[in-house]
Amino acid sequence: MTRTLLTGNAAAAWGARLAEADYVPAFPITPQTEIIELLAEWMQRGAMAGRIVMLESEHSMLTAAGAAAATGVRVFTATSSQGLLYAMEMLYTVAGWRVPLVLVNVSRGLAAPITLEPDHNDVLAVRDSGFLQFHCATCQEALDGVLLAYRLAEDARVRLPVMVNMDGFYLSFTREPVRLPEPEQVRRFLPPFDPETLYFRAGAPRSQGVAVLGGAQYSYFRYEAHLASLGALRVFEEAAAEFARLFGRSYAPLETFHTADAEFAFVMLGAFATKAKQAVLRLREAGWRIGLVRPRLLRPFPAQALVEALGGLRGIAVIDQNLSTGMGGVLCSEIGAALLRAGARPVVAGYVGGLGGRDIPVEEFFEMARETKAAAEAGRCPPTRLLYTEEELRQTRALQAIAMAE
Amino acid sequence: MSTVIATQAVAKPNPMANLDELVEQYGRVPAEHFRYCPGCGLGMAQSALMRAFQRLQIDMSQVAGAGGSGCYSIMGHYLNMGVLHGGHGRGAAMATGMKLANPHLTVVNLQGDGDSLSIGGNHTIHAARRNIDVTVVMFNNFGYGDTGGQYGATTPKGSFTETSPYGMPEEPFDACKLMIGAGATFVARSTVYHAVHLTKVLAEAIAWKGFSFVEVMQHCHVLWGKRNGMPKATDMLNYYRDNSVFSTPNLKREEQEGKFVLGVLHKQARPEFTEEYAKIRKLAAARAGGQGLSPLNTGGAV
Repeated sequence: MTRTLLTGNAAAAWGARLAEADYVPAFPITPQTEIIELLAEWMQRGAMAGRIVMLESEHSMLTAAGAAAATGVRVFTATSSQGLLYAMEMLYTVAGWRVPLVLVNVSRGLAAPITLEPDHNDVLAVRDSGFLQFHCATCQEALDGVLLAYRLAEDARVRLPVMVNMDGFYLSFTREPVRLPEPEQVRRFLPPFDPETLYFRAGAPRSQGVAVLGGAQYSYFRYEAHLASLGALRVFEEAAAEFARLFGRSYAPLETFHTADAEFAFVMLGAFATKAKQAVLRLREAGWRIGLVRPRLLRPFPAQALVEALGGLRGIAVIDQNLSTGMGGVLCSEIGAALLRAGARPVVAGYVGGLGGRDIPVEEFFEMARETKAAAEAGRCPPTRLLYTEEELRQTRALQAIAMAE
Repeated sequence: MSTVIATQAVAKPNPMANLDELVEQYGRVPAEHFRYCPGCGLGMAQSALMRAFQRLQIDMSQVAGAGGSGCYSIMGHYLNMGVLHGGHGRGAAMATGMKLANPHLTVVNLQGDGDSLSIGGNHTIHAARRNIDVTVVMFNNFGYGDTGGQYGATTPKGSFTETSPYGMPEEPFDACKLMIGAGATFVARSTVYHAVHLTKVLAEAIAWKGFSFVEVMQHCHVLWGKRNGMPKATDMLNYYRDNSVFSTPNLKREEQEGKFVLGVLHKQARPEFTEEYAKIRKLAAARAGGQGLSPLNTGGAV
């Protein structure tokens, strides 16, 4: 085991290296490109045995990835934002093929307006594709997440592709100390891929990926993928237990922080949740019984664990780093639905924050805590609110005025 | 259909024309605000493009620009024309939409090589096939500059990039041959070193009725040059000077070997798409007794 400083991107690349990926189809896009640059260097030099090729687009990249995975090799790829959306058609297709590849998505806000900085509209746009989703908050998690993702994807009970998500810039370009496991130990956790039920053989003609005519067959195959995804929760827990035994790091589907005695909690995805951790500590100093819940797995959705963690609280503030226009935050409605179906009724306050990398300062966490408490006292869920200051509005309007004047 | 380029080639290009005056007339932003890397070929290419507009005495209020994503994207915002910045590679599709809905406009589609030939290759070849009257200006800097210098469809074989640190293993496209094959009716190549020639072919391409394509060899000494023994802008300008030949009818194959062949490489008129489409509509309207079609926004040109 080596301890070293790595960016989130480099940690993800190390995940692919330690997983001994055989094939990496790639296409550059900010902020993901560092991953494929590192892999290209390692693969051209021979430090990794696999092969890497720049394809002509993310659509081709995902197509090549899925087809290669169908032949029974271990495939890795990475993209961001517009690239993920450009590959969208093939995300559904390769998930339907039930091929176990791993894709790292480095989240970045979607155009228009064009931006480079992160939010989660990209990864949530592909929420229903069939890919499982693992969300990281640290560089260590990016590396470990790739290894866990392969275990999950390749398990014969799952056989679905897995997406490992990290926030662009905030995590992708931030260096943190990362423990690099020994290759021998990783091989014990993740033995060479045994394709078993993947039947594509050049010498054994068999039609695959065929059309089904009729809703009965279509429903069957779609629902089979759904059941496999639900079943992945248990497979994840098994894999995480073995991971903890081998490497000493535990990964539950949810990260909980100071929730044991909490009356209130923030719920967030990804690296911005580390800001919430800081705020929780400050709020606790000020006498609040408040915690944080951060889903690592978003698909399959850890509904039961979320209900257990949040169901007994007085109020929760869900901070969505995404915006479903005309509705609000995606996570907020998913969590609200899970609580409602379980008959649990904490007050749910929805916030949209961190769009396009917009910071969430600690003062805003204090404000959200106060609002959520007031809502719990009133027994009413408040309408969704955008985290945005008057000063930001004034500055944006001033810039807009300059642009209109010229 | 009328076209705004009614007064083609009235003025000879003046290579020494005052740059400030040029920027004043055909740009929106003073030159000192340009955000190209120092010595980047894009500034030179922009100057040639503005001089081409000047040469055609073009009415800039009738020019629409479409662009995708790449280092060149900012150029659209420096030019005094309405410009829409779209997704990576989508420029030719955007240009097709703009032109078909507004056939009276002069539509210029700025593209990069990654834009044009990789992720947007599909749109570009089909625009060429239709012979729609748009001008594609493709800046070829040998790879993906905006993301930091990865190899792409134009990177010279064997050269070094961020994703081929030990040599690029693939054969690049010859963009001009590709466009000729796809049906482009005007195809030219020049370099930023040959600024006067570049201005001339750009003007000719914009004035051309039908799909025109100009490949502009535009160096990136910061990414590609640095990794391939040409770290200064002047190194790469000399590289273009020393490795280019002008296309002539008598140019032998061996003289072209390993060189950038410059000039108008293909020019063959054939019916233009928006005009052909208007003919069909007229025909259909006549058959329907003039009742059958609702008017499309054609700006009164059709």
